[in-house]
Amino acid sequence: MSTRNVGFLLLAVALVAPWVAYPVFLMTALCFALFACAFNLLIGYAGLMSFGHAMFFGLAGYVCGHAIKVWGWPPELAMLGGALAAGALGVVTGALAIRRQGIYFAMITLAFSQMVYFFCLQAPFTGGEDGLQGIPRSPMLGGLLPVHNDMVLYYVVLAIFLFGFGAIYRIIHSPFGQVLKAIRENEQRAVSLGYNADRYKLVAFILSATLAGLAGSLKAVVMQFATLTDVTAAMSGEVVLMALVGGIGTIFGPVVGAVIIITMQNYLAATGEWVLVIQGVIFVAIVLAFRKGIVGEIADRWRAYSAGSRK
Amino acid sequence: MQNDIILEATGLTKEFLGFVAVKDVNLRVRRHSIHALIGPNGAGKTTCFNLLTHFLVPTSGRIRFNGVDITGRSPAAIARMGLVRSFQISAVFPHLTVRDNVRVALQRPLRNSFQFWRSDSMLDRLNDRALALIEAVGLAPYAGLPAVELPYGRKRALEIATTLALEPEMLLLDEPMAGLAHEDIDRIAQLIRKVAADRTVLMVEHNMSVVADLSDTITVLARGEKLAEGPYAEVSKHPQVIEAYVGTGHG
Repeated sequence: MSTRNVGFLLLAVALVAPWVAYPVFLMTALCFALFACAFNLLIGYAGLMSFGHAMFFGLAGYVCGHAIKVWGWPPELAMLGGALAAGALGVVTGALAIRRQGIYFAMITLAFSQMVYFFCLQAPFTGGEDGLQGIPRSPMLGGLLPVHNDMVLYYVVLAIFLFGFGAIYRIIHSPFGQVLKAIRENEQRAVSLGYNADRYKLVAFILSATLAGLAGSLKAVVMQFATLTDVTAAMSGEVVLMALVGGIGTIFGPVVGAVIIITMQNYLAATGEWVLVIQGVIFVAIVLAFRKGIVGEIADRWRAYSAGSRK
Repeated sequence: MQNDIILEATGLTKEFLGFVAVKDVNLRVRRHSIHALIGPNGAGKTTCFNLLTHFLVPTSGRIRFNGVDITGRSPAAIARMGLVRSFQISAVFPHLTVRDNVRVALQRPLRNSFQFWRSDSMLDRLNDRALALIEAVGLAPYAGLPAVELPYGRKRALEIATTLALEPEMLLLDEPMAGLAHEDIDRIAQLIRKVAADRTVLMVEHNMSVVADLSDTITVLARGEKLAEGPYAEVSKHPQVIEAYVGTGHG
């Protein structure tokens, strides 16, 4: 089964899904799936472990929400604004973080995300602990798309998700992506071939931040609020979990991981704090049993199986 | 005569927190020659090497490549000028295929490597050149294999093919024979000789028969200083060199 066929299968599922499941739940899952894919672009293909990606996701949500609610921007423009704001934050934080590697890189991103968290807690336009509430679902494309209807909004969200997913796929399979993979594999060697590794890593960081921001903006439009939760270190950890569960460095892994984690949170919400315990157990089990994540492991077995049947 | 010297280092010194690893080394490498850097363990060969390619920054001293002062430039910039190094531990991109390893190097002069919005199928036009280079080092049957699956000697060959893809004017090889089996040594030595026909090679090497066989000029380092320089026949009879390698004989 090729990547293309898996893609078509997943697309078919996504197209009929809102007739079977609750659209708002599906839209939330898509937002997180895009967020996880953006994160995976950085860890899976540039080998950079960010522990502060919530700052892009959360901040973009506030910017997008504020633009719609206070400035009266149409949602599509506000989402673009949110994504670009996250990208700008990515330029600043990335330029400093990529100077260090491994755990130090992760710690710098974490420190920045904590600063952004406190900024969002204190800034006048974020609503502090209450968050930014009551973001209206203004019609999109000059009234062409009545997104106050959940079904209409679902297909808009799906289209934007597909755009983001397609962008990530293209980045991975581009001349730039090829160099990025080489740097991930052996940075010193890439440098000795004449590639300025830091500049490639910075571009990857900015792209990842921008796409994480698009996901955050999308979530603000769907949920009609921007919350402090989306900027916390716990949210940064959650996106790591989604990518790990699905499979880091696989194209569909983060989507599967995000759907699993969001489904779990949704259906286990009644158990209260136990969600976290169950999540922890699943995390440990997956890391021990499937080191490459669910999708990574399935892909490996499939390759081994088809190689065996060809012989 | 100045034009005859491709790489020149003057007064090259590197201190690590008071420990002088390389002390006032002067080095002149003639164009189109194979120049070997030898010396006992801890003599500062690899440090010297890292200084020349700026993976380490010298405490003092200047480095000139083709008459241009390259002291202080970034390693990537030096590589783009045509001075390309290899590493002691075989440096390949393990999870890229053998072909893609070479293609990454071929891609660099195209100036398309920041284009994240285009399809990588535009790189396919490099495939023929990549395969030709792979064939030249005897790796044609492995072109589609991930580099990590190659045996050690073959990884060395792949590294050389990747380096050659940049068409460097000068190659710096850090212990090209380290860890190689006997039959591989002959093959790689032949490859280096072939490569050096229209290029300059500077190498650090422990295998004396290879050094004797390949080098036009040998520089001997000991305790960070230059001890002797000249062709093998001359250097090997130098009393201080014999002492540095064998000891004084009195314990």
